[in-house]
Amino acid sequence: MPAERLIAGTGGTRRHALRVLRDPLPWTLLALLGLTFGMDRLRPLFAAAFPALERPLYEQDSFAALLWSHLWIVATSSTIAVAAGMALGVLVTRAAGRPFRPTLETLVAIGQTFPPVAVLALAVPLLGFGARPAVVALALYGLLPVVRATIAGIEAVPADVREAALGVGLRSVQTLWAVELPLALPIALGGVRTSVIINIGTAAIASAVGARTLGSPIIVGLGGFNMAYVIQGAVLVALLAIATDMLFARLQRQLARHHA
Amino acid sequence: MIELRQVAKAYGARPVVDGLSLAVAPGERLVLMGASGSGKSTTLRMINRLVEPDAGAILFEGRDVRSYRAEDLRRRMGYAIQSTGLFPHWTVARNVATVPRLLRWPRARIDDRVDELLQLLGLDPPLFRDRYPHQLSGGQLQRVGVARALAADPAVLLMDEPFGALDPLTRHGLQRELLRIHHASGKTIVLVTHDVDEALFLATRVVLLDAGRVLQDGTPAQLLGAPASAAVRAFVGGTELGLRLLGLRTVGERLRPGAAASGAPLAADLSLRAALGVFLERATDRLPVVDARGQALGTLHLEDLFERDGR
Repeated sequence: MPAERLIAGTGGTRRHALRVLRDPLPWTLLALLGLTFGMDRLRPLFAAAFPALERPLYEQDSFAALLWSHLWIVATSSTIAVAAGMALGVLVTRAAGRPFRPTLETLVAIGQTFPPVAVLALAVPLLGFGARPAVVALALYGLLPVVRATIAGIEAVPADVREAALGVGLRSVQTLWAVELPLALPIALGGVRTSVIINIGTAAIASAVGARTLGSPIIVGLGGFNMAYVIQGAVLVALLAIATDMLFARLQRQLARHHA
Repeated sequence: MIELRQVAKAYGARPVVDGLSLAVAPGERLVLMGASGSGKSTTLRMINRLVEPDAGAILFEGRDVRSYRAEDLRRRMGYAIQSTGLFPHWTVARNVATVPRLLRWPRARIDDRVDELLQLLGLDPPLFRDRYPHQLSGGQLQRVGVARALAADPAVLLMDEPFGALDPLTRHGLQRELLRIHHASGKTIVLVTHDVDEALFLATRVVLLDAGRVLQDGTPAQLLGAPASAAVRAFVGGTELGLRLLGLRTVGERLRPGAAASGAPLAADLSLRAALGVFLERATDRLPVVDARGQALGTLHLEDLFERDGR
């Protein structure tokens, strides 16, 4: 018996190791961090690919600092967008807030049809250059997917579950907190995922108003016809977006395990 | 226990409940019966204030239901619906514990109560406690729904077509369980159904509704034997009336002493309607009758199924 357990244990460990190796998330994170901290190792590669460039490697800022600043801007603006978006989504699905729903949906949709650069440009006279107008613009821009998904999630809660909750004696607030929100979460989270991923890409544009992001090498590179800069910035933004998307997918799968 | 006085409710211009008055005595099994749209569900939901009446008053234990806070009122009434409305993100145990948790019972008492109720409803606690609703069959779901309704030991149980979505076999099983629970607990039950046979089987009193008004309020025997109008007769009978009347009587009431028949016996508590089926199946006119322990009691003659004067 013990021998069988030993053999089974080894097999299990090997299977687990293989599963980890086949999982794309660790590889993506490895690539992101590797390139962030080790981009200078690739200097010969960029020099060979772009022999006409004097400076094949972006050196005005370390990629690590840029990544950190980018993450900070995304995290701050997304937190605001998610908090405000979910609160608004909940409010317009309450009996008192229902009349405001069409207005909210229109406003938020308009907010997203504005080109992000325009929103940024409009924010600058009010808030100056740098990270601050970027955070505000990105927060506004990220509202729509969150609001839409929160509303969809709450409306997907079966009416009889809500009726049963009230019927057994939960108050409205308790029904919202204990029943509606947990059940709405998987769908709402899909909206958060979309909002954050878009935010990661859009934050790169904030470099146009002086914020430090992974978009800085892209914008400087476009201005100076330096494709190496552009590629360095773009690859990092892409890896960040992909890794974040994978993390959200994992989170959604975890949450959905009771809703088979 | 519960009293409705001239209660009315309209949705837009359409009256759904129209000047309805009725009283529910403690320990009764009152069935609100009627076709779809007769106002029976609306009436039930006005008792626990899921719907507020436009006119009239509803009293619970002598007090106007509006004098209670809605959630307090509902926590004192069990509520079970056709689709069960179980919370899909909670285990069976957590679902059943809903009202005790709201009432802040001690943890140990809640756990004991959950096990007790699962046992009562025929669900083995260790097997079912940690399952999720999506892992249960329709019959099991409804049992958990009833367990949840009974959890805080309410004086009244409100049920809205609880067995409507189940197959006939499961439905009959749960109907019998409900009678057993009622017999053991003495709770007042108000149940809504459109199924006449279910109503006749479960009720000590039936209130037949049509277009929000009471057509007749009486015992099953009264509705069948003395229908108040052609509409009542049409609802409870038509060609089924005779069979349904038989369903109200048992073999024990009509048997003759003496052993004058052979073959597999009938149980004394079997309904005459079921006995008729056996007579037809065996193509005979006499069957032996036994009690619960198998002791011979006498014989049932087919001709005694017909109601004669003086019987």
